[in-house]
Amino acid sequence: MELPKDYRYSKDHEWVCDQGDGSALVGITHYAQDALGDIVFVELPALGAELQAEDDFGVVESVKTVSDLYAPLSGEVIAVNEDLEDAPELVNESPYEKGWIVRVKISDPSELESLMDAAGYQAFLNDGES
Amino acid sequence: MAENLLRVPLHDRHVALGGRMVPFAGYEMPVQFSGIKDEHLAVRAGAGIFDVSHMGEVEVRGQDAIAAVDALVTNDVRGLVDGQALYTTMCAPDGGIIDDLIVYRLAHDHVFICVNAANRHKDVAFMKEHLPAMDAVLEDTSDIYIQLAIQGPEAEALLSPLNSDAELSELAFFRCQWMEVAGVRALVARTGYTGEDGFELYIPQGGEAIFDMLVERYVPERLALCGLGARDTLRLEARLPLYGQELSTEVNPFEAGLGWVVKLNTGHDFVGKDALIAAKEAGVTRRLRGVRLQGRGVLRPGYPIFVNDTQVGQLTSGGFAPTLDASIGLGYIDIEHADVSAAEVEIRGRRLPVALTKKPFYSRPR
Repeated sequence: MELPKDYRYSKDHEWVCDQGDGSALVGITHYAQDALGDIVFVELPALGAELQAEDDFGVVESVKTVSDLYAPLSGEVIAVNEDLEDAPELVNESPYEKGWIVRVKISDPSELESLMDAAGYQAFLNDGES
Repeated sequence: MAENLLRVPLHDRHVALGGRMVPFAGYEMPVQFSGIKDEHLAVRAGAGIFDVSHMGEVEVRGQDAIAAVDALVTNDVRGLVDGQALYTTMCAPDGGIIDDLIVYRLAHDHVFICVNAANRHKDVAFMKEHLPAMDAVLEDTSDIYIQLAIQGPEAEALLSPLNSDAELSELAFFRCQWMEVAGVRALVARTGYTGEDGFELYIPQGGEAIFDMLVERYVPERLALCGLGARDTLRLEARLPLYGQELSTEVNPFEAGLGWVVKLNTGHDFVGKDALIAAKEAGVTRRLRGVRLQGRGVLRPGYPIFVNDTQVGQLTSGGFAPTLDASIGLGYIDIEHADVSAAEVEIRGRRLPVALTKKPFYSRPR
């Protein structure tokens, strides 16, 4: 399973990619998109919305289920991936790149450090499956 | 996976073939193989195979088998000829739907019934309780049969080469016949739950051989392995009701749009007949309608339906329809609003416009 080394991961299966400018991209992991199946709709938050870590901020709907998105860190939404409105399947096809969901202006950098690294997330997944 | 779930005979094959197993009606069943959308579209364009062995089978034998089954169900079993199938409801004395069934007349003294998996034990108890004192013996034979559904416009072309002793092309819609398939004797019925042409095979022994041969010959190029996820999206597009969602003991067949399977003028009684006569005279208070979302989002069961700020019903089914690339659903609407053509459905606090329809969302080209 694909797991970029320089990303951070939450126990709710969101990833965070630090952009180095005080902002981060957020999406869902390969594991999450695979578990959901064919994604047919992503409900995005409004631009300017203030996310609180661990609160829900949107919804991913697959053919078979609906799943909340949980903010892996706090901050203001400064961009949303508008491509997902017409092509929600990008989350399946390219979960770590074209399927990014929001860009957040990080309000508390220490939250980034508290997320799992790739090895930690892999171990978390292994625990869950055993 | 909980340990008390039952496994179908093909369980290990599904796992080996990449099936994602989920709990369903007390069984561990594959919800998908390659993906629900792929499987759905493969059935519409070509063919797919579903293991539906979790479905229950009940057989009634004896000189009075036909009349005995007629006393249990709302449709007219006496009108069948040997080898003919019939869709029907089975109702409680108060007219509520106990189950929806397919009844196959195999001979004048042998009726074969396919029941919903989750209702199997309830149905058998109900049938035994209400079976008239006649020459008719009822037996739950669910554990004997593997049931496979091969569905899609190419189903006949794929099955025909495996079938030596009969012309599959001569088997008409809603007819059934015992025949050899891949060297195994099976009850082959031209029935299904996808809105497509296709067959359902009830195989008492050797079902694995038929499955293996179909997989070896045709998968994945000409035949898609399909799970229950695609079965649900296919049936929803074809507007076929699902027990536990559209159908329950809380609704009668008239409300569910199944008045056509209630035969009140056949001259014989069946359980629930008096209540259904009264219900028909009184008129229904709600009606099942199809709903199509105008715009983005996905409809789900339980979402409320509004007309002009008044809640007039709620969805019983909802989901994404791959053939239509839209979201559709079914729901009961209060009778005073049941004929409107537009309404709104509330999705997570937001009301979105929907178009209402009485017709299937998808009908196969004929």
